[in-house]
Amino acid sequence: MALVKDINCRAAVRLIGDYLEDALSWRERRRLEHHLANCEACSTYLEQMRATLVLTGRVEPEDVSPEALTALLDVFDQYQRDRDSDTPTS
Amino acid sequence: MSTGLGVLSSRRYARSTTVRRVDDEELLGRFLAGDRDAFTTLVRRYQVVLTHIARSYVSTSHSADDVVQEAWIAVLRGAERFEGRSSFKTWLFRIVANRAKTIGVREKRQIPVDHTDPVAGERFSSEGMWKEPPRPFDDVLAQTQADSAAAAAVRAAIADLADLARSVVTLRDVEGLSTSEVASLLDLSEANTRVILHRARAHIRSVVERVAKGES
Repeated sequence: MALVKDINCRAAVRLIGDYLEDALSWRERRRLEHHLANCEACSTYLEQMRATLVLTGRVEPEDVSPEALTALLDVFDQYQRDRDSDTPTS
Repeated sequence: MSTGLGVLSSRRYARSTTVRRVDDEELLGRFLAGDRDAFTTLVRRYQVVLTHIARSYVSTSHSADDVVQEAWIAVLRGAERFEGRSSFKTWLFRIVANRAKTIGVREKRQIPVDHTDPVAGERFSSEGMWKEPPRPFDDVLAQTQADSAAAAAVRAAIADLADLARSVVTLRDVEGLSTSEVASLLDLSEANTRVILHRARAHIRSVVERVAKGES
């Protein structure tokens, strides 16, 4: 394998964001993967980031406030009443 | 239900609760036919993320609430019609983003993007090596349930973020949109979206790390 320029951990961490988004150039990717193959700490950081993504993906939607829900339901009810009164009866 | 669930959607389905999640498109049809419960379900599902999107453009939460309410009214009155060219939620997010953008331009929106390192500088030596290497947090994940300490920490960490970062991470990692979809919705470059995303994820990671260490 051709010589790969080594990077330090700080630089590796900077690249991991784009690595997770598959947005590194091939050269950056090669440098990062070379570093990861030789650095347990940065590999752990990457695994932590992946675990964080799993946890974030499990977050359920925050519930809407009762006030906001009531306001929207009022709009909905008003619309239904307007629509019903506009509908000609046969 | 039709067959042909892909691997990804099967996984997503397996992850969800045992109660079948009714499709957005089905709920939309029922809500437009006057079903109040279907409307309530859609509002509960998307109201908060819609407000985050609007808040990324406008300067007050009051304006954001107005934008979202107007968007629902437009859907209700048929001023905005879903034609199935994207998923329902992407279409809904786009309506809110477009409306918020119109107001946000008037409010002269500024986008501060922080390009400093996502992990605090003091965690590295002057040679750029970890002073205290990160430790795996398998144990945290192994015991994680929806209501576990780590899940609560993630939720709190997202709430801590600035409006734009909260929108980016919610749309990308919670709602599962692509980076380019997020960039387009929030009117950001893809590069800036990734910078914001990485910092937001790094913040959430650091909060989970504290939980893993038993610090919070």
